[in-house]
Amino acid sequence: MLETHDHSPEATVPVRLTLNGAPVTVEVAPNAILLDVLRERLGLTGTKKGCDHGQCGACTVHVDGRAMNACLRLAVMCEGQAITTIEGLAEGDRLHPVQQAFLDHDAFQCGYCSPGQIMSAVALLEDPRVAGDVCTVREAMSGNLCRCGAYQNILAAIQDARLRLHGQEGDEA
Amino acid sequence: MRPFAFARADSVERALECRRGEPTGAFVAGGTTLLDLVKLDVMRPARVIDINALPLKDVERLHDDRLRIGALVTNTDLAYHPDVLADHPLLSQAILAGASSQVRNMATVGGNLMQRTRCPYFRDPTAACNKREPGSGCDALTGVNRMHAVLGGSDRCVAVHPSDMCVALAAIGATLSLQGPNGEREVDVADFHRLPGATPHLEHELGDELIVAVTLAPPLKPLGAAYVKLRDRASYEFALASAGAMLSLDEDLIGEQRLPLGGVATKPWRCHAAEALLAGKRADTAAFEEAADLALADAAPLAHNAFKIPLARQAIVRALRDAARAHREDDT
Repeated sequence: MLETHDHSPEATVPVRLTLNGAPVTVEVAPNAILLDVLRERLGLTGTKKGCDHGQCGACTVHVDGRAMNACLRLAVMCEGQAITTIEGLAEGDRLHPVQQAFLDHDAFQCGYCSPGQIMSAVALLEDPRVAGDVCTVREAMSGNLCRCGAYQNILAAIQDARLRLHGQEGDEA
Repeated sequence: MRPFAFARADSVERALECRRGEPTGAFVAGGTTLLDLVKLDVMRPARVIDINALPLKDVERLHDDRLRIGALVTNTDLAYHPDVLADHPLLSQAILAGASSQVRNMATVGGNLMQRTRCPYFRDPTAACNKREPGSGCDALTGVNRMHAVLGGSDRCVAVHPSDMCVALAAIGATLSLQGPNGEREVDVADFHRLPGATPHLEHELGDELIVAVTLAPPLKPLGAAYVKLRDRASYEFALASAGAMLSLDEDLIGEQRLPLGGVATKPWRCHAAEALLAGKRADTAAFEEAADLALADAAPLAHNAFKIPLARQAIVRALRDAARAHREDDT
């Protein structure tokens, strides 16, 4: 017998999110994955599906300010949470400093991994526990693969964005 | 992806109630193992119970200096917790050596204890795997077994336990609090994971229960600690061999010593004989090499993983050397 908050496989579950700053309610199946809901139900296709198993980072979004793999999260687990996607970073026509730095440093080739790279970069630059040296940044970014191999420029973009955001230079390690 | 029923629990009692009568019911915390394996059709829960609303997110220092960690504390928050950084550096190092920033932000302490092996035959529903399907055989024994265990295996299963965090817990010592329908009980972390033996599908001591907390033993002080993890790429990869070392030195003689291994064994592997050998010895390379040889004396290589034995030996020697160095630096 089903009780409150108990849903059969066929049922849909209402999930209330704050999505890129705006309140959204979406009805989803219990097994709906956050990534698929963002892309196919909510029209936010900036978040990419790469491996679909948490190994490539193309699907990185912020959940309550933390970078997470949207492919390994049920939408129903996000009840009441704030989700930020790549579409939520810019302010109107003004790009987020990390987005601008990626452009300025040519930090991509095909661009498929870029939304995930940028979401991870924004999260690490906002996390005071993550040191600013190059080794730490490489480690913190290792959950985002770039098959084109734009890593050097991605790293340069992040360290430049650090200057723009915090006015401090990452150590040359 | 296979459908499942879903429930959101607001108390431990409610979570246990949702699981009752659902042998394939699965609790979801971070979901990084569960959803990966549901997508692969390796795990097939009839019901998923979201436990993220449970009040298990605190880290509390007990009066006897033990640290009680709620099962839902994320790997990231635990690795950067001031008390962990100060008193249990091995735990912080081991957690940060595992997975990626994103996965550590999602993964929890309880989930890390419950994570499943990365054996490719376990992860492939078309392969024979005694762990996934008891009695079906083990394709790893005759297949590509480069990543598999050289310690603790059986003729039924040689799958490696994948956790870095659990290697640190093996060194530090910890008690798991398991809550079930009839109350809470405690299990020593060393007894929690099982060797595969004839029943590789029985991986741990958890019954109809939920892990609610992990309580670390009081810190060893003074202490040098180092976690050395060797793998195919420098980050975001599972260990081929890892070693955690905790040492305290008196002058240059070894006092307390802990030496667990990861990446080479079917469960988080504590090297008791090697630890005993180190006690009272001078902390030098000769002693570390002797300990490493003893730790690996029973290692049994498969067709493709003999390289893990010298690799693990180096990991042990380096971890002990780095731990001794950390102790000396801390002392000055």
